[in-house]
Amino acid sequence: MSAALALLKRDVKLSWREGGAIGTALGFYLVVVAITPLGLGPDLNLLARIAPGILWIALLLAALLSADRIFHNDYEDGALDVLITGPLPLPLVAAIKCLAHWLTTGVPLALLAPVLGLLLNLPIGTSPSLVLAMLAGTPAVSFIAGIGASLTLGLRRSGVLLALLALPLYVPVLIFGVSAVTPYVNGPLWAPLFMLCALSLASIVLAPIAAAAALRTALR
Amino acid sequence: MVSFANPTRFLSLVDHAVPWLTALTVILLGLGLYLAFFVAPPDYQQGETVRIMFVHVPAAWLAMFGYMLIAVSSLGTLIWRHPLADVAAKTAAPIGATFTFIALVTGSLWGKPMWGTYWVWDARLTSMLVLFLLYLGLIALWQAIEEPGRAGRAAAILALVGVINIPIIKFSVDWWNTLHQPASIVRLGGPTIDPSMLAPLFVMMAGFTLLFVLLHLIAIRAEILRRRVRAMQQSQVEHAALVEA
Repeated sequence: MSAALALLKRDVKLSWREGGAIGTALGFYLVVVAITPLGLGPDLNLLARIAPGILWIALLLAALLSADRIFHNDYEDGALDVLITGPLPLPLVAAIKCLAHWLTTGVPLALLAPVLGLLLNLPIGTSPSLVLAMLAGTPAVSFIAGIGASLTLGLRRSGVLLALLALPLYVPVLIFGVSAVTPYVNGPLWAPLFMLCALSLASIVLAPIAAAAALRTALR
Repeated sequence: MVSFANPTRFLSLVDHAVPWLTALTVILLGLGLYLAFFVAPPDYQQGETVRIMFVHVPAAWLAMFGYMLIAVSSLGTLIWRHPLADVAAKTAAPIGATFTFIALVTGSLWGKPMWGTYWVWDARLTSMLVLFLLYLGLIALWQAIEEPGRAGRAAAILALVGVINIPIIKFSVDWWNTLHQPASIVRLGGPTIDPSMLAPLFVMMAGFTLLFVLLHLIAIRAEILRRRVRAMQQSQVEHAALVEA
């Protein structure tokens, strides 16, 4: 248990201290959301209607942008080889790394979303349900990104490939994430929220197994 | 399955089977097309456009069959280390992707006169599109990793993750209220299609399935030979390097 906590602490600390790791994802999120109204025209009613979709898509892209960092640095400097031979089972290592990605990317992105929602004329009353839905859905985003990151570990142009592999798997998260946030409905919509929780729980259980198998393949 | 593990024995089996399979596929597809175009009656509502179904349904069935084949082969790669499993998975992906594409295109050509639109985002169409993207991801992963052993295992893991989409495709028309019609062939209480259309459809499905098997066997043979050439070239290079040294 203490080994697991130490690993989590190390990973979170590394991504906080690594220059611009979290800042890049947040900045990318801001840019994508800011550029969309310029492409669609400044129709405020239209923007409010599609704001949840834009926020979710921008969040997925921003999370993917930082996803290849989940295992890549440790793969480059050999820390991953040490972790494989260490006391922790490999699926647990993968799970902790995905959890660290969620803490340093998913949570900040989810908390930033209501502010960006203002840019899209999303009514401020929907902020709680937006944050709730994103906090419930982003664990699935991080853990599925972990599968993609482990499969593309050490490949050339791994970022694009990672997006191609992971985005189709994000379809359920996107569908339920968007339907959990409806402009002008203030309370959270429980049914899609529970589906998001279910998706997150399922991927927390299953994704580390797949990621661990992929890591073994990459490090053979 | 174990007796096919020897690639040489498998190759000789393929060489014997291909001419027979080709003849059978040509006969079945020819008969099926004749039945579909000249014997089956036009639908009382859809008119002649119903004939698109005779291509669309077999293509959609093979799109899912191809993915299940890849998933089973992936189990073979990861669990039993069967030497032909990753060859089978790799070669099935482009064929399955093609049939998925055919199903999507024929479906949208039928949808324009019948639904008034080429595309709607209902559950069945979306999940089939996701299947197509999964195929593309598998092909891209195969191409991105040079070492065949690692590529095979990585693609196998991805294929098994994506297999969750197959039941979603199958039951999408039952779980959601889709524009796509519900299951009409494999259902409790028997098919709801008239026998005059069902018979040509079954002939077409058999013909398409044989076509898939035939193309797959030829692709497996080509892949085995390609790997042998690669191994020979490598040993030649190593030999030359040894002589030089």
